[in-house]
Amino acid sequence: MWRKPDTPTSLLPGLAALVLLTGYLIALLWVEEQTTVIALLALAIAAAVAAKFLRLTAPVARSFAAHEDALAGFAVAGVIVIVAVFHDDHFAVLLVDTVLLYAVATLGLNIQFGYAGVLNFAGASFFGIGAYTAAVINGNTGIPSLVVLLIGGGMAAVIGLALLLPVLRTRGHYAALVTIAFAILLKTFLEVNNALGGPQGLQVKGMRIFGWSFNDSIELGKNFELSFYLNYFVLSLLLVVAAFVIVRRLERSWVGLNLDALRLDETAAACFGIDIVRWKAVAFLLGNFLIGVAGALYGMMGSFVAPNNYTFADSLILVSMVLLGGMGSTWGMFLGVIIVIVVPEKLQAIEEYRFLLYAGMVILVLLFRPEGLLPRPVRSYFSGWKPQR
Amino acid sequence: MHFLLFAQYIVNGLMLGMMYALVAVGFTLFFGVLNVIQFAHGDVLTVGAFAALATFIGLHSLGGISSEMELLAMLAAAVVSMGLLGALIARFLVMPLRSAPPLNTLLITLMLGTVLREAVRLFYPEGANPKPFPALLPTNAASFGDLTLRLDNGIMLAAGAAVIVALQLMLNRTKLGLAIRAVAQDEETAKTMGVNFQLIVLITFAIGSALAGFAGVMHGLYYNEINFGMGLYLGIIGFSAAIVGGLGSIYGAIIGGFLFAALQTVGAVALPFASAYKDVFAFAVVIAIMAWRPTGLLREQFSERV
Repeated sequence: MWRKPDTPTSLLPGLAALVLLTGYLIALLWVEEQTTVIALLALAIAAAVAAKFLRLTAPVARSFAAHEDALAGFAVAGVIVIVAVFHDDHFAVLLVDTVLLYAVATLGLNIQFGYAGVLNFAGASFFGIGAYTAAVINGNTGIPSLVVLLIGGGMAAVIGLALLLPVLRTRGHYAALVTIAFAILLKTFLEVNNALGGPQGLQVKGMRIFGWSFNDSIELGKNFELSFYLNYFVLSLLLVVAAFVIVRRLERSWVGLNLDALRLDETAAACFGIDIVRWKAVAFLLGNFLIGVAGALYGMMGSFVAPNNYTFADSLILVSMVLLGGMGSTWGMFLGVIIVIVVPEKLQAIEEYRFLLYAGMVILVLLFRPEGLLPRPVRSYFSGWKPQR
Repeated sequence: MHFLLFAQYIVNGLMLGMMYALVAVGFTLFFGVLNVIQFAHGDVLTVGAFAALATFIGLHSLGGISSEMELLAMLAAAVVSMGLLGALIARFLVMPLRSAPPLNTLLITLMLGTVLREAVRLFYPEGANPKPFPALLPTNAASFGDLTLRLDNGIMLAAGAAVIVALQLMLNRTKLGLAIRAVAQDEETAKTMGVNFQLIVLITFAIGSALAGFAGVMHGLYYNEINFGMGLYLGIIGFSAAIVGGLGSIYGAIIGGFLFAALQTVGAVALPFASAYKDVFAFAVVIAIMAWRPTGLLREQFSERV
């Protein structure tokens, strides 16, 4: 059943939410004093709870559903505003870049977990494969950096291919075991393999496009210098937009419908003629490709890769981002990444405890709000359609 | 001489296999009663080993206690506290999610594993470093050329075997065992026959986790060192062993444990690049087995339910 909405949904609530969020993030990145950071975080929690009780969340969600493209544009503008404010602050711009790249990775992971229901507990491993690929190629050849990004993604997909057979043949906890075993295997392998730098890891040469090195600061005039991370910011932002568009289109297309069907009931999906093996493979490889691309750029930006950054615990952190944001929820990924990446960077007291903290948080989410903080909205089949309650 | 060296590998493999089997039996018990995989099981083992170590340090500082008594106290501490922890996990994390998708149980136990592991790393004094574990068993050894038979290994093997036999007897000869088997076979029917379902589930989790505590102490005694990450490793291998033997079958889990140890020992001996890559090899074998026989070499006792 569907009916026309009584009143056209307004763009305003979504826009207001984005403006508030942008302002809040600028404030959060600005403050250094730890007590102020804690106060700001408490304010965010209080605001979220208050919005929930005052029923302010529903109009925002409706507005996002109706004007997604426009609001996505405003979100991009918001990110640009944030970076413009911090244009000469290396740390803040690096943090924004990190959030964007992890958003790309979680969008990939979300295809696997959220749409197809293919489990992947080796997300950080594929991220690391991308980064190591960038390190090796940039160190030994003159292949253009942009191509290296694609090779990094391709490498993650190809190595994922080796895991494909066991992943496709197994389900549930068996599949989980395969990817966990791979996560530990890869980390151990990188540690004992001397060609890849062993436990110390490798240096990664920075990004370079047409002779323009990304690791040089940008100087405009005499007194106006920009952080060199701005180079990476532009590229990361383009990557996020591309990944977002791809994932969103994929979700809304018949491919996404097939993936949903196969996640919800494999047997029923097979009965309706959906090729389970094919779509699982597509989801697994495409997801790994996105993770690998993000990893390659992250490696070049950080200029250093080591096995300790790509452990099973890091893979679980990636999964926490997906779960906190809400499995299958594209917008939720950004929220999950911001919570997991930005908060420990600003609040140094919890930096050491972050694995513990986020694992505990996910346990609470699973117990009390399993759909995540920003649950995935019901698929809208026609414009203006909304499910009746 | 070659034969003696071979015998030495067999003895080492048996020790390894006993630990794997104890962990695998836990996985199989949990899967039997509740059809869930408790991914934090390996980390329960770690916590058990650290609980035993803390008990030892506490008792040792008192002084005047014989090492046998110390060992018994450590075992009791590890077994009882892990049994309790297992029951708590079942009660507050696994049971509430029974009606949720199976994926959520998997995720929640994985995250719990991280919580336990990180808690040991952060809150045990200098928990990030490997900790020496006291050698409390008599270390008399008899050497025959390449073969060294140590008394402590013999005692541990015997104790492990005794525990497994006792578990087997409990499951097959007592009323409690009957109830556990009934719940594993058919929850509804068991309930109509007057079995207290929740209690049986909690007891089963307690038993399985107590076994992990026992295995943790054994691991410490064998290697004389424990660290916060060892449970993750043992958990993965133990789970693989349980799968190889067919989830839900106790005998399968035991066979799987020893099979895995045999594979690893053979791998370490036969492969040229041996020791550095021994873990890589072990996990590659896990993946390969899953690709070849997705539900184990022996058949799974119950149909796949996740």
